[in-house]
Amino acid sequence: MKRKANIDTSDKVISIRGLKKSFGSLTVLRGVDLDIYKGENLVVLGRSGTGKSVLIKIISGLLKADEGSVKVLGQEVGELSAKELDALRLKIGFSFQNSALYDSMTVYENLEFPLIRNVRNLTRKEIDLAIEEALEDVGLSQTIRQMPSQLSGGQRKRIGIARTLILKPEIMLYDEPTAGLDPITSGEINNLINQVQEQHNTTSIIITHDLTCAKTTGDRVAMLLDGQFQRQGTFEEVFASDEERVKQFYEYNFID
Amino acid sequence: MNKTDTQDGSKRVSRINRFFLDLHDVFLFVVRIFKEAFLPPYEFKEIVKQCFEVGVKSLPLISLTGFITGIVFVNQSRPSLSEFGAVSWLPSLIAIAIVRALAPLVTSLIAAGKVGSNIGAELGSMNVTEQIDAMEVSATNPFKFLVVSRVIATTTMIPLLTVYTTMLALLGGFINIHQNEATSFQTYFTQVFNTVTFTDVFASLTKSVVFGFTIGAVGCYKGFHSSKGTEGVGKAANTSVVLSMFLIFIEELLSLQIVMALIS
Repeated sequence: MKRKANIDTSDKVISIRGLKKSFGSLTVLRGVDLDIYKGENLVVLGRSGTGKSVLIKIISGLLKADEGSVKVLGQEVGELSAKELDALRLKIGFSFQNSALYDSMTVYENLEFPLIRNVRNLTRKEIDLAIEEALEDVGLSQTIRQMPSQLSGGQRKRIGIARTLILKPEIMLYDEPTAGLDPITSGEINNLINQVQEQHNTTSIIITHDLTCAKTTGDRVAMLLDGQFQRQGTFEEVFASDEERVKQFYEYNFID
Repeated sequence: MNKTDTQDGSKRVSRINRFFLDLHDVFLFVVRIFKEAFLPPYEFKEIVKQCFEVGVKSLPLISLTGFITGIVFVNQSRPSLSEFGAVSWLPSLIAIAIVRALAPLVTSLIAAGKVGSNIGAELGSMNVTEQIDAMEVSATNPFKFLVVSRVIATTTMIPLLTVYTTMLALLGGFINIHQNEATSFQTYFTQVFNTVTFTDVFASLTKSVVFGFTIGAVGCYKGFHSSKGTEGVGKAANTSVVLSMFLIFIEELLSLQIVMALIS
């Protein structure tokens, strides 16, 4: 079970109002409202194709919203210049569904890449130290010289998280962190997400349809149905519902 | 007009619309390459790495092809020239053919196959596996890092490879002529250099620059805009090669008209 996190409800880190997004004739987000507080782990649940990943891509500026307001750390994402957006992105860590490690680089180079491009005047010793620390955080120091193709799925996820942690972000966005992993490795990733929150006091959004992950990592759970957040609260509150789709979601996840 | 005719008509219109929309996208892509190439920060390390990938790693293939082109061209030309008792013109003929057309064309076609497909597949795969998005969220401009560096590499390396192919093709031609006509090295190359003009060399290098830019830009465009999934990666690699080769032939035809106009 998740330990109680140190959440500051007076400090909104992300604030979303009336967010809408369509792709051609397909509308995925139909007026999303959401607030996320400092130090909170918010789990976004929903079936595939309901726009969960689209939501965090809009938060990180990878996609543009059609309508609505998305404020991250007090800044309206859609109104930022390229330079301002880059500065904001340094405060956001994004862990991709397939890890998105650079295939042509070693683990060391993957971690070095964001560091040397964004932090100026670092000595080689400082870079090595930061990389070693980030790898120790995810428990994979021994993989430093390996290529991504030599790593297992779980190791790739961990290295992906280490790569985002190296810039010490204030916000972590996890896209399906346990997708395609066995239950034991999924458990390790869930623990890592909690460990990141405790050690770095990050605010996180975890996109998943894995209820074990939701229960283990989420301080709050929000369920995306029909392009809007229909239910929000603790894990137990969200699933204490008679609505058929919520019940189905619970039953199909085989959770005790 | 029946319903089928109307549907065919609207399909044709939408296809034409899509063609012009694609053309507009390509135009914006090329404009962005020029814009980002001149604006700081400059990705020197990545450009050098890509120059190595494009230039040095293509050397074995280019060497073999260039050398064989020289030998084969002399072999194929000898019978026709000997009919008119003009075998002594072989060095002049090979010099003009290699410098003006064959070296830039052969080099670019080989590079389109090797480098173009490589760029299309690499960027396509990076797109599919969200590596390009990962680069963007880590505050790195993926267009500058991936596209501009590759286009600069192909634009600078293809002319150098063309010079190299020219030398090897001329050498291949010399070996063939030396064996059959016992022409000396000095006589052969004196005739070669007396035949080739500054316009020939300038046109050859200018063409190579254009061909190199085409290979890089097409490969990057197709890879950067590949559709999701493994099929998209294959398609990006394949269309990069086909479109580059097609455009190289069109550009060759246009440059021929320009050079002929200049010479006349």
